Amino acid sequence: MPERTATIASRSGLHARPAALFAEAAGEQPVEVTIAMQGDPADEALDAASILSLMTLGAAQGDVVVLRAEGDGAEQALDYLVQVLETDHDAA
Amino acid sequence: MQNFQGVGVSPGRIVGPVRRMPKAVTEPPSGERLDPAITAEAAVAGLKTAAQSVHDGLKARADIATGDGKAVLEATALMARDTMLLKQAAKLINAGTSAERAIWEAAASVAEMLHNLGGYMAERATDVLDVRARIVAELRGVPAPGIPSSETPFILVAEDLAPADTATLDPAKVLALVTSGGGPQSHTAIIARSLGLPAVVAAHGVDEVADGSEIYVDGAAGFVAVAPSSEQRAAAAAWAETSATLAGFDGNGTTADGHPVPLLANVGGAKDAVAAAGLGAQGVGLFRTEFCFLERDTEPSVDEQAAAYKAVFDAFPGKKVVLRTLDAGADKPLPFLTDATEPNPALGVRGYRTDLTTPGVLERQLEAIARAASESEADVWVMAPMISTAAEAARFASLCSAAGLKTPGVMVEVPSAALTAAAVLREVGFASLGTNDLTQYAMAADRQLGPLAELNTPWQPAVLRLVQLTVEGSAQEGGNKPVGVCGEAAADPALAVVLAGLGVTTLSMTARSLAAVGTVLKTVTLEQAQELARLALSAPGATEAREWVRAKLPVLEELGL
Repeated sequence: MPERTATIASRSGLHARPAALFAEAAGEQPVEVTIAMQGDPADEALDAASILSLMTLGAAQGDVVVLRAEGDGAEQALDYLVQVLETDHDAA
Repeated sequence: MQNFQGVGVSPGRIVGPVRRMPKAVTEPPSGERLDPAITAEAAVAGLKTAAQSVHDGLKARADIATGDGKAVLEATALMARDTMLLKQAAKLINAGTSAERAIWEAAASVAEMLHNLGGYMAERATDVLDVRARIVAELRGVPAPGIPSSETPFILVAEDLAPADTATLDPAKVLALVTSGGGPQSHTAIIARSLGLPAVVAAHGVDEVADGSEIYVDGAAGFVAVAPSSEQRAAAAAWAETSATLAGFDGNGTTADGHPVPLLANVGGAKDAVAAAGLGAQGVGLFRTEFCFLERDTEPSVDEQAAAYKAVFDAFPGKKVVLRTLDAGADKPLPFLTDATEPNPALGVRGYRTDLTTPGVLERQLEAIARAASESEADVWVMAPMISTAAEAARFASLCSAAGLKTPGVMVEVPSAALTAAAVLREVGFASLGTNDLTQYAMAADRQLGPLAELNTPWQPAVLRLVQLTVEGSAQEGGNKPVGVCGEAAADPALAVVLAGLGVTTLSMTARSLAAVGTVLKTVTLEQAQELARLALSAPGATEAREWVRAKLPVLEELGL
């Protein structure tokens, strides 16, 4: 299954506004995307489009997460979502 | 005709139609089963439709909201159709639970999970429960909880308001707030004062008044009447006129005989400062610098601080701006300064004392202040919070001097500083009385505790005596050094007169109160204010002090203050 790692760039971590932006972006993809902390088993990965899942994941700035997706458009979706995670949304 | 007596928390007299806050959504009974006539698939689909509709409603509100309110609403909207929440609920529905009960339980478990994570996540648990209530209301076909929307202005009647309600409260639509619950320190009271809306809290039974009924509200007297009399209508009309005069402060605080008492504003950042300047503030008497950096885990850089301070200075060119250095601790923890595990934070390492445990932060802040001051035209004064001794005052003054700051001062909020005011003032250029903390320490009563509210008023003669001692200390010191007040006390027009009578040189308050305080101050001579100060000091208790002084100031009743 295609996967990517990304380092959380936002100062507040994957909380609040950054989590909302990411969940929204994940929900707009043509494929279902999962998210897990690096090192956690793939079958415990959470739905990346769920803001509540993202909040319970508790990823802080600098943490590395793994995104996974399968199907048509998975590669492009993952590339795009890595960009979203690696942008500091608290900088604005 | 029906009357209600509550506690007045924000002055104003008004007549208008009632809109009731919908009752909180009740919990679907535990174990409620799915109606056998409905398939699980249909129930899940119905839940999804309801969730989507709640999402759309919140999203529409987010689109017209601004700032922090917008971000909160956007995140809340996403929670409404969250896949994790809906999947958990669908699982319960498939096991035979009703849709309402299923979403109720699913949200409860998510909220608990967030709650257990603590901090920011725990606060979001409330949002999940808010979304849950909206979805259940949607499933039941009853009005969504929250402030009703209306084309015409109305008086909002509720049990109590939650902080989240502020984001959606439109001051152009809401004429006044009346609640059956709450107290003087409740969120309703805080919201009302900051928006300048008349408000009465703890008016038991008032939430039974029917939607659309016309009522009269007196936010100073704490009185509510259904079907207003012609006298009450006249009082409301008179208030409409006085409030027009009270809406503006002419920027010149004096007594009737021309004794100047500059009226300054308390601000937490540039936005407040600009608003305060617009309301006629003669300067800033308290700039709470920590408000620029709340929720920060790390110390802000000198550059970042200088920019934040300069933005405030720039709102008051040529005027006085008094900064308070970082006042972390107790109710305002800053993780880079305070130890959250102290058993007794109000008596702990807070205010100036954090320089003992985290040296360097204060010096860097003074450096940032000096830089911002040199780049602006404001007359910058700097004071340290929680000074207890003359030695602390001397050390703070030397730090200021090393940073190139010319006017160092101290907050007087610890009784020891008031009792030794002459010695303390010998070391610095001015003092400012923080009456909120001074009251809590003088009365040994925690500010946050409702049952101690009666002790926690600056009308306590003991507190007034400490104010007087500070003024006397300044006279004794001989340097003609200013002693101001920058606590809630200064915003109470009657107490402001007493403080001026005690010899306080400036009064600093929330900018909304400038006009009322300025108007009342102009009705008394300095000699009358001094007489009222003596009267208050001679009272056996806070209640008598307040009543005696108010009785001698009929203008308060005339203006509805």
